[in-house]
Amino acid sequence: MKRYTAKGKIPVASLTNEDGKTRYTIVNKLLLGLSIREYIIQALRNPMNWLLCAIFAVGFPMLIGRFFNGLGSVTHASYDYPWGLFLGVGLFAMVPMSASGFMLGTTVELFGRKDFKPIERLALLNGLLGYFFAVVFLLVDLGQPWRLVYPMFVSLGPAAVLFLVAWHVATYLSVQVVELVPAFSEWMGWVKPKVVVKSMILGLTVAGIILSTLHQGALGALFNYAPGKVHPLWYSAPFLWFHFLCSSIFAGLSMVIVVSTICKRTMAWRCDANFLDNLDEITFGLAKGCVMALSTYLIIKIIAIAHDSDWYYLLTGWGAWFLFELIIGTIIPLVLFTFGIKNRMAGLIRFTALITLFGIVLNRLNTSLFTFNWKLYQEIPHIKEVMITITLYAVFIVTYRFILYRLPILYTWQSSEKVKEEA
Amino acid sequence: MKSLNRRNFLKSGFAGGALAAFLGREKPAQAREFSGYTNKGTGVLVDLSRCVGCRSCEAACNREQNLPEPDVPFDDFSIFDMERHGGLKRRTSEGVFTVVNRYNPEELDHPLFRKFQCNHCEEPACLTSCFVNAYTKTPEGAVMYNPKVCVGCRNCMIACPFYVPAYSYSKAFNPIVEKCIMCYPTRLKFGKPPACVEACPTEALTFGSRVNVLKFAKERIRQHPDIFVDHVYGEKEVGGTAWLYISPVDFKKIGFDMNLGHEPIINYVKSFLATVPMVLTIWPALFAGFYRLANRKDGLEKEKNEGAREESQS
Repeated sequence: MKRYTAKGKIPVASLTNEDGKTRYTIVNKLLLGLSIREYIIQALRNPMNWLLCAIFAVGFPMLIGRFFNGLGSVTHASYDYPWGLFLGVGLFAMVPMSASGFMLGTTVELFGRKDFKPIERLALLNGLLGYFFAVVFLLVDLGQPWRLVYPMFVSLGPAAVLFLVAWHVATYLSVQVVELVPAFSEWMGWVKPKVVVKSMILGLTVAGIILSTLHQGALGALFNYAPGKVHPLWYSAPFLWFHFLCSSIFAGLSMVIVVSTICKRTMAWRCDANFLDNLDEITFGLAKGCVMALSTYLIIKIIAIAHDSDWYYLLTGWGAWFLFELIIGTIIPLVLFTFGIKNRMAGLIRFTALITLFGIVLNRLNTSLFTFNWKLYQEIPHIKEVMITITLYAVFIVTYRFILYRLPILYTWQSSEKVKEEA
Repeated sequence: MKSLNRRNFLKSGFAGGALAAFLGREKPAQAREFSGYTNKGTGVLVDLSRCVGCRSCEAACNREQNLPEPDVPFDDFSIFDMERHGGLKRRTSEGVFTVVNRYNPEELDHPLFRKFQCNHCEEPACLTSCFVNAYTKTPEGAVMYNPKVCVGCRNCMIACPFYVPAYSYSKAFNPIVEKCIMCYPTRLKFGKPPACVEACPTEALTFGSRVNVLKFAKERIRQHPDIFVDHVYGEKEVGGTAWLYISPVDFKKIGFDMNLGHEPIINYVKSFLATVPMVLTIWPALFAGFYRLANRKDGLEKEKNEGAREESQS
């Protein structure tokens, strides 16, 4: 795509052609204003696509195999380890990294920080796709995925934490779809939906905060059911839900920093000046949010150890592993973020965000998989389980990229001014 | 302040009395603690000193529940030497609802055998963690599972402190949780003991109402303090279980988890569940307030501008 823009091709970013009269068709928009031939050539030229194809070629047969031969054929899920990588990575790590939607929605719409506006839609999209794919991972993991709506309509168990998760994720998913309607309606050339959504944005944002608070916490509270199974250093009945909620804040913000960096590096042609010029300043702002959440998290983690009097465990092997997670995932990011903000080093902050994400994934896997059944034995995921997880993540990336290329997420749609001018 | 005269006093007294009568009688302190569903629930006592490891209960269970042919026949005792993943003893699985394992505690000159199956908790963790209400606890004490609504999230397996529910991972189209149901549909419902109890040749298993079985267990310990350790496993563990155990050696040495505590599993989740209505009710007002605060300046400016415009117009 870089080559085409260098040649003077402008990717579709408005309703009408440069002359301002002929409207772009859907096909034009889907092909980014290129001819089919040009589009295919640029797609083939991208090495990333070849990598994705290779992953799909290996992963999809395994994924199909899972649905015909059962979970047992592709995972090491057992009676002792009912949950594996699909939920560990796909749900427990994916959802906190998708907290970006409600974080930035709140910052911009509720706290009125318009300086974060250029990244708001990216954060919303990141949230929407993250949740959507968490559900996809869930569908792959459920024994009978076609019964997904049972907790909603067929047989209700409202006292269970998972009931809350199911309802909240479903509701929040629809809230996020609505929040992104403006971007889609701009692209489609609709006017009304955008106005309608704008009028209810405050309600949507507050709904987003409520739903996020509860289900981010609820994912942690799911492990409250296993007091004897999760290692005491990772388990704390009164604090576990708050650990999950608090860590989701810096996880979501770090994810936005990382994704925006990738966008800047790999699809600068799609970003407009409003995004590119403000990105460094926004990154510093996001990092400040991370610092606040990280320090809260660190303290509440220590308080949980004190509350349950788990100090002794710090001296064991599990304790060393716990400290490793805490140092890599919390303390080092805290120091590096602070240093980066002080000295205005955007590069350092982007790198730190990546470490933070590693830390959060490690924490979720530690809770759900690695320290689970610490008294029994440790389970290593099946190779096919790893492959299917990578494949689903690749589908996530493809979908993400497909939307970023087209909808006005990284750039501002140019129709509104024109419409006004004409009127 | 208005003084309280006789007439007002009577009026308010009547009003208060009427209100109190309307609201009903004073209730006894409502159940914060949970001590089992009903006293009618049944239970089984497993006297580990009597079990000889004949596996009759396994065979009876297999027959009663129409389970598939076992990998190792029920009269083959080499099965006691088998170990599964992680060096652990045999456990229940899809198609096997109860197993007997052999232990060799140092202080005894003979091995001990331990029967393992669903303990049918008084307040089952599987039941409270299920988001489609697939589990029920019958008044007779059995914890039942309804495969027709199960989605297969396997949260019950996470929650069960005894690692009982087994999932049929090998099935692609109708995988379900499989576990002991205390022979409810065929026997317990009609007041009959589960098949394993009836099959036991050494009377290691005693069936009856849980209350009586518990009394019986304590009585047996009292009569033979030289044989038994002074503990009825299941009396209080995770809120109490329908299956109770007495043992000649420390329970820890024969594979019982002694760190489960006395609280039902749901009590560990209650602190979170209590925050749910608070977040639902407090957050809207709180964040709407934040919104008003954060955008106060804009509002003031707007007012000022409008005011200025009005002035200029007039």
